Amino acid sequence: MEKLSIKEKKLEAINLNVFYGQKQVLKDVNIAIKANTVTAFIGPSGCGKSTFLRTFNRMNDYVEGFRKEGDIIVDGKDIYQKMIRVEELRKKIGMVFQKPNPFPKSIFENVAYGLKIQGIKNKKLIEETVEKSLKQSALWDEVKDDLKKSALSLSGGQQQRLCIARALALEPSILLMDEPASALDPISTSKIEDLIWELKQKYTIVIVTHNMQQAGRISDNTAFFYMGDLVEYDETKKIFTNPEKERTQNYITGRFG
Amino acid sequence: MKRVLMICAIITVLTTVGIVYVLFSESFSFFQQVSLWDFLTDTKWSPISTEKHFGILPLLSGTLLTTFIAMIFAVPMGITIAIYLSEYAPKKFRYYIKPLLEILAAIPTVVYGFFALTVVTPFLQGYIPGLAGFNALSAGLVMGIMIIPMISSLSEDALYAVPKSLREGAYGMGSTRLQTSFNVILPAASSGIIVSVILAFARAVGETMIVTVAAGNMANLTADPRETVATITAFIVNMSTGDVPQNSIEYQTIFAAGVTLFVFTFLLNSISFYIKKRFQEKYD
Repeated sequence: MEKLSIKEKKLEAINLNVFYGQKQVLKDVNIAIKANTVTAFIGPSGCGKSTFLRTFNRMNDYVEGFRKEGDIIVDGKDIYQKMIRVEELRKKIGMVFQKPNPFPKSIFENVAYGLKIQGIKNKKLIEETVEKSLKQSALWDEVKDDLKKSALSLSGGQQQRLCIARALALEPSILLMDEPASALDPISTSKIEDLIWELKQKYTIVIVTHNMQQAGRISDNTAFFYMGDLVEYDETKKIFTNPEKERTQNYITGRFG
Repeated sequence: MKRVLMICAIITVLTTVGIVYVLFSESFSFFQQVSLWDFLTDTKWSPISTEKHFGILPLLSGTLLTTFIAMIFAVPMGITIAIYLSEYAPKKFRYYIKPLLEILAAIPTVVYGFFALTVVTPFLQGYIPGLAGFNALSAGLVMGIMIIPMISSLSEDALYAVPKSLREGAYGMGSTRLQTSFNVILPAASSGIIVSVILAFARAVGETMIVTVAAGNMANLTADPRETVATITAFIVNMSTGDVPQNSIEYQTIFAAGVTLFVFTFLLNSISFYIKKRFQEKYD
């Protein structure tokens, strides 16, 4: 895999160890992620891939007993420094979760939420952003006539695309996706995958997935985790055709997992 | 064994039916002598003086006045406590403080009544000119303290039940804890909170000892919280402890007042039941 210059690194973990209480969940992880790529984190359940994803926007801060050693660098800055405001950080880093979690508000209000909590009151700007974000997440044509309807009335796949639109409205440069399609049917899944492919032009995307085919289809690079270790990190093509480690080979071919 | 259980259930149901029957049959004979129109529109209530008036309005206004004072105090306070406990307080603190709050609800209401009469009223008289010795204000405030645990505890349950994924969604977009609590969690739990408020309202309407002890017993059509008032419940207590002959018109007023109260709380409970059924957000 090519070496990245400092400028090319969007996200980086340096000697990262993460603990929940006494239990170590990530062991000495080092990774550098290039801007405008899709990176997939794969590995069996409990291997630490979700925990790792959540260190990039500090969502683990609320987990009791969370502790980390080493550094997480985003855009050249250590995000666990005291002077970093975690709310500002999260505006730059959008997150999409495993289960669609729209707020119990209208479709419009869901997408406008991020702007409103920032104190933006300009109606025209909000309306434009809502439309743009819904178009970006390929949901606009399906909902443009009932923006006032409750977001909870949408189907699961639509809800998930709404959650993506909600994240995009803040114009982040990074999107973290935690198994975004695992609760969806195949058609919705393929819509989300197409979307990820398009969003790559503007965003750096990191996606945790259980689905190996999915990782193969949509990602440029793949990182394989096992029991808290980053076993192998390389171009997706290489990982899936000619991995260096036997453990990766075994997982990819379905011999365990 | 099964039969014993069934008998227990039947006894409860029969008692309820019996109470409702007595209430309505006694007030039926009352309404044969006093027209429903007079009962609802006469602005004077004086069933035991020589010039008799049977207008429920002064008692109703006394009841609503004390209840509203209680609600104005208890609703913001109760919901704030609920948000603190559910969203801010460390787990351990919540674990100990919640049962403690519920103990507040276990204090006998007559104790609250004396607290209002002997502590709150003299204290307030130092600040509010024209505050009567028995007044709606202190009775209402103390009644508010009494229903706070009910609001905070039920609302806290509703807030706590909002799924973690919604909180994460809000935090993930850069919301602060305060924004998350007020913009996302509170609306998501609104049906449970409204139910808690209505139940507390019904509790305040039916509350007896605090208002009997601290608000006085003078049927008074007023909206001034400094004045002495009588609530429906306080009237019933005073009438029942006095020596009115059975089957007299005075005796039957107790039941007419009781029916009014019953209809009131029954409606409130039905509304809360309906809201619970209808508006509860479904999260799986």
